[in-house]
Amino acid sequence: MTVSQKSLAAAIAANRFGLGARPGELADVERDPQAWLRQQLEGKPPVLAGEGLKPSSETLRQALALRKEKAEARRHKKRGDEDAAKVAAALKLPAIYRPVYIDEAYARLSQAVSTDRPFLERLTQFWSNHFAVSVDKIVVLGIAGAMEREAIRPNVLGHFTDLLLAVERHPAMILYLDNQASIGPNSRAGRFMNRRANGRKADINENLAREILELHTLGVDGGYTQGDVTTFAQAISGWSIGGEGDNRRFAKLEAGKGKPGEFLFREVFHEPGDRRLLGKIYDDNGVRQGEAILKDLALRPETARHVCAKLARHFVADDPPPALVKRMTDAWLRSRGNLPKVYEALLESPEAWSQPLAKFKTPADYIHSSYRALGQPLREKRRSLQAFEALGQRNLQPGSPAGWPDTSADWDGSSALLKRIAWADTVAQRLGSERNARELAPDVLGSTLSDDTSRAIARAESGAQALTLLLASPEFMRR
Amino acid sequence: MVTRRQFLESSLFAGATSVMASRLAFANAPTDSRFVFVLLRGALDGLAAVPPVGDPDYAALRGQIALTKAGDGAALPLDSTFSLHPSLKFLHASYAAQELAVLHAVASPYRERSHFDGQNVLECGGLRPHEVQSGWINRALGAMPGGVRESGVALGANVPLAMRGPVEVASWSPTRLTALDDQTLARITDLYARDPLLSRRLAEALESDAIATEAQEAVDAQPEAAMTGANLVERDAKEKRNTNARYTEAARAAAGFLKRDDGPRVAMFDTSGWDTHANEGAAQGQLALRLRGLDLALESLKDSLGPVWRHTVVMIATEFGRTAAINGTRGTDHGTGAAAFLLGGAVAGGRVIADWPGLARASLHENRDLRPTRDLRAVVKGVLRDHLDVPASALDAGVFPESAAVRPLDGLIRA
Repeated sequence: MTVSQKSLAAAIAANRFGLGARPGELADVERDPQAWLRQQLEGKPPVLAGEGLKPSSETLRQALALRKEKAEARRHKKRGDEDAAKVAAALKLPAIYRPVYIDEAYARLSQAVSTDRPFLERLTQFWSNHFAVSVDKIVVLGIAGAMEREAIRPNVLGHFTDLLLAVERHPAMILYLDNQASIGPNSRAGRFMNRRANGRKADINENLAREILELHTLGVDGGYTQGDVTTFAQAISGWSIGGEGDNRRFAKLEAGKGKPGEFLFREVFHEPGDRRLLGKIYDDNGVRQGEAILKDLALRPETARHVCAKLARHFVADDPPPALVKRMTDAWLRSRGNLPKVYEALLESPEAWSQPLAKFKTPADYIHSSYRALGQPLREKRRSLQAFEALGQRNLQPGSPAGWPDTSADWDGSSALLKRIAWADTVAQRLGSERNARELAPDVLGSTLSDDTSRAIARAESGAQALTLLLASPEFMRR
Repeated sequence: MVTRRQFLESSLFAGATSVMASRLAFANAPTDSRFVFVLLRGALDGLAAVPPVGDPDYAALRGQIALTKAGDGAALPLDSTFSLHPSLKFLHASYAAQELAVLHAVASPYRERSHFDGQNVLECGGLRPHEVQSGWINRALGAMPGGVRESGVALGANVPLAMRGPVEVASWSPTRLTALDDQTLARITDLYARDPLLSRRLAEALESDAIATEAQEAVDAQPEAAMTGANLVERDAKEKRNTNARYTEAARAAAGFLKRDDGPRVAMFDTSGWDTHANEGAAQGQLALRLRGLDLALESLKDSLGPVWRHTVVMIATEFGRTAAINGTRGTDHGTGAAAFLLGGAVAGGRVIADWPGLARASLHENRDLRPTRDLRAVVKGVLRDHLDVPASALDAGVFPESAAVRPLDGLIRA
């Protein structure tokens, strides 16, 4: 590689595969851009540290305890106890969940801004979005961040099978897609319920099964039918969460209630019977039936193609080159879903390095890369997170199980652009002349910095305006 | 101090051609007609929004979430078969005023059950997901007569697929621009000169922002007195705490653009959260709250449009319906046949348009969903032809590819 090729490769490595260069970083990357990325895949993924972070089971236990307390207070209220009525009204789930969410979102932001392994962090963000849970559903507000720490981070450098199993068993995913109370009509609990004349009728909920097939594994064109969705939903009926929940009426039926707030296979909810899915019979052996299906789904070629195309779209281009997707898919199938092999295939492909600035940044990318470029210390938690709100991409709130969209047209609306510029300007005004945009621009954009932008920055009427122009420049809007 | 509008004018003289292009886009409207498309993402439960309480199989299928003809929280009657959800008070009044047509058992050509593909087909107007890369609203804008391509506006930070395509469409949502001075904006405009996408987007944004600022100033100038909607008190109380207030914000913003003589004629906003797999509720509950938010937003759209309302058609649609029966978690799963609404002063309303297949088991689609008996494209084509004067030839091919067999529904627009 020539010197200029190397410096372009460094800018691509730091901005496209990473989360944006920090001042001084490109000089390091330039020595060997490929190696800089590859080294980030070595060693265990870091464990996120941060004030207030706790296991999802603990948060869920608090939520369950709150529900109990509330039910108790309601009973007193019925007897006319005014104080109890007030207590009942004051006990609110968001009061427990919201501070936890803020702590989690802030920890993610801190990590993105400060990490020395930005490629690994981007991969983590990719998988969190692939397995999206959205906190506009209040039951996951307090545990969505924990799902990323507990199910995704430990498996980003492992096998897809393990990642898939960890996510689908996580309470956040189970609650988000309504599987905790999916009850087979022929299960013991189902038969008990359906015998009663006026009670709630038991049946499965197919939400989780459908989204696993459509979004997490095979993809919508992956060759499954409505029948497969139903069958799969029956197979994973009973995948639930420990604790009494609202299932107290089955207490007698249950051998054990499991640990509150943790994954629990509720045998009494499970629809009995062998299942035939995509041409294969799965024996009725409790939780292992669903697990066996997931393991097979993880290794199917449709899954490899679907997920590799998404990875390539995320990293390289809105319409990823077919040759690149094929190389990644082949690596996936050869290694039986060993994810670092897939990432290496991505890094080794010339297509991944050929078109700089092909991706329009998402708001989160834009915020992360701005903070990194400016080396700006984060502010108080809530204030720091307001940027995501203002630019239209709240942490862990894509609004649907499909996650945030990943092409330019999804993010480049005129109003979105103006918000971005306005935010950049606010940040620049705050920093004033504490940063020298003229030095910073080549330092973070490397050889992707255009003459037009250099000139505009040089001619700016103030340090703050120069910073605004840097952050608003066409090359900083893209990666 | 230069105002933003003056800045725009001066940019024109300075030769910022992209700004000029966007000004042209909003000018010379060939029609007085306004069209608003409201997309409900997540699959609205049509059997809850427009419950067929007179259907003999309805109550048993719906169990705990069935709505009733009488008693507490009774549904609002439309005819002997159909009612409206009790949250939809404004829509019910509009029905009485013959400004609401209710469509039932409708569907796009899509027959699977993925939200994302379903929305894609509904927005792109093709037969299969991802078949077309632009949206039918955009292509309809391009086909409107008058020789000038009329522009539209999407209320939100970004433009949804239904409005994407060759015709430039702006997006607008509130941005706090207090800190941003016009000098800096002018320099950014210059910096974008060689970037076609960004220069176009910035010009659109500044133009939309100027329009919205003017509209807001007009509202501020005549506060309480101008707002006389029946829901005023309740609305003010609700807006403070209800997250659905953003529907109202989008509706008011849409009105701000549409009521201008030189403004866009077509607007769109989308709402999400209609995916009620669990604890859907009946007269009260999750879905009831959301429907109330939608109803209030539509009422404020009417109020804000004022005299322009009589030229307006609002279409409210969703990607597909939900299962006919309640599921095991007091909700409903993804289905097929759906409900949709045409609302506005230009609608020939006061009727339910449905070729009702019934809810008997044998009548259900794949033994589980309301069977669709009408193609939603026929409804859209009827509106586009009779309201926006889009030529039939364009409707059959460019706007909705391969749709010649789907005839536009007649008589949707008031003569």
